[in-house]
Amino acid sequence: MNAPLLEIDGLRKTFDGIFALDDFSCAVGKSEIVGLIGPNGAGKTTLFNVATGFLRPEHGQIAYKGHRLLGLPPYRISRAGVARTFQNLRLIRQISVLENVLLAFPAQPGERLGNVFFRWKTSRTTEAANRRSAMSLLGEAGLSEKAGDPAEALSYGQQKLLSLVCCLAAGAELLLLDEPVAGIAPAMIEKILTMIRDLPKQGRSVVIIEHNLEAVTQVCNRVIFMDAGRKISEGTPEQVRNDPRVIEAYID
Amino acid sequence: MKCGIYTCIIGMEYVLHIAILVGIYLILATGLNLIAGYAGLLSIAHAAFFGIGAYTAALMALNLHSPMVVNLACAVVLAGVTGAVVGGPSLRIRDDYFVVATFAFQVIVFNVLNNWVSFTGGPMGLPGIPQPSLFGWTISSHTAFLLLVGCCCVAVLWICQRIVHSPFGRVLKAIREDEVLAQCAGKNVAAYKVLVFMIGAAMAAVAGVLYAHYISFIDPTSFTVMESIFILSIVIIGGAGSPWGPVIGAVVLVTLPELLRFVGLPSAVAANVRQILYGAALVACMMWRPQGLLGQYTFQKGGSRQ
Repeated sequence: MNAPLLEIDGLRKTFDGIFALDDFSCAVGKSEIVGLIGPNGAGKTTLFNVATGFLRPEHGQIAYKGHRLLGLPPYRISRAGVARTFQNLRLIRQISVLENVLLAFPAQPGERLGNVFFRWKTSRTTEAANRRSAMSLLGEAGLSEKAGDPAEALSYGQQKLLSLVCCLAAGAELLLLDEPVAGIAPAMIEKILTMIRDLPKQGRSVVIIEHNLEAVTQVCNRVIFMDAGRKISEGTPEQVRNDPRVIEAYID
Repeated sequence: MKCGIYTCIIGMEYVLHIAILVGIYLILATGLNLIAGYAGLLSIAHAAFFGIGAYTAALMALNLHSPMVVNLACAVVLAGVTGAVVGGPSLRIRDDYFVVATFAFQVIVFNVLNNWVSFTGGPMGLPGIPQPSLFGWTISSHTAFLLLVGCCCVAVLWICQRIVHSPFGRVLKAIREDEVLAQCAGKNVAAYKVLVFMIGAAMAAVAGVLYAHYISFIDPTSFTVMESIFILSIVIIGGAGSPWGPVIGAVVLVTLPELLRFVGLPSAVAANVRQILYGAALVACMMWRPQGLLGQYTFQKGGSRQ
């Protein structure tokens, strides 16, 4: 196995004395798709929040490409190449689909105030280039006709698809997807899963939180089962599914 | 006959006076629109920056006899720096608390202006601010001053347009809608907030300089929290988050009360009726058109918290 892209070591996070993460360690390799499953409240989303800098753990370390992530503000972690989507779906609803994608591009010269007035030519060239790649990304996702519509006009499934497209536009190497196919129509699930399955070919790694075990089995190389902040089981989807500890935890 | 011409001249002056005031409030509201309408930061300290601009210009003109361009530059820089100093810490706190923090700053500025008598003249204000001169040309007539204010309006509106239609403006809208997502997209939200707060403050200072040189007398009562709320009303009624909203807002809210003068109410009643009118306009706006006359954005944050 190649050197891990993300290495999480001994994370602990408590909320009012309750363990959301308890000595949790794992590693994600390059071009790997890891599934994170477990009952509600197992600490899966907390793990994402810690990894993206929104929560500080009491204990532990996170290394991304050998650099420490803990203590960095969320925007720095994002610039390092870690993108995420949210369970309760976050998009800028009042701007267009295309602009949502444009927002995600990293290091835009036009986002610096000085360039807005003085080096506007550079900003404009980059903006045009970003616009083209945004349109091609939207085209691949089958959203090009919706590009001009406000994001809130999309269906729920399309919005989930759009937030995935935004992660791609960000050029992230590690995508943390929180329930990417929960609550959407089967055809859309198929589409999103196909997109996710293609990510390793582009050199990207993915961690998916998902309750839909069938979807997890379809796309993941490796699955981690979490309960009460702890890693209970890890292995191929079949191994984890048949692990007696996992079955026991689900019955509880 | 002579009397008729005289009335006509007075009438013209009056119309120009109103137009100049509209221009000054347009600049103020455009600055606040960037802060509140685009970045979603509800600030009620705008009159404080207006005051900082006006007092900087007045004190410099009276004590140093410096030309208006220099006063303008100093006022803009001073307001921008103050904006950064105030904005830096207060922007860490969110929504409602930010409003309270800006209110506190507003009260502090008013009290300094009102109580530092040896420097600001206290409640007596600063009289006799000279008429501005630009490149050796003294601006004394209403027409010339309107031209000057008009140029400033165009410049401020142009800057605002540039900002809101740039990727920078897109980030501001993203921050208004969902700060968490903006951070996840790799945007340094705090830096953007401080920057936009500084730009808005600097624009208010421009209005302050124009106001001081135009009215030629300033006192602290022009820079109270009521004034801040009035500017905010212009933004909200005109349409927050729309580049032309503050234009319409300034025209409507500055001229509408003037129309009351022609109804023939006694002056003591007119002042009160004016206040009632503002209140009624705001309530009506909130009820039937919460996004303002031209805006798309209402001051409701839908699901933007984690």
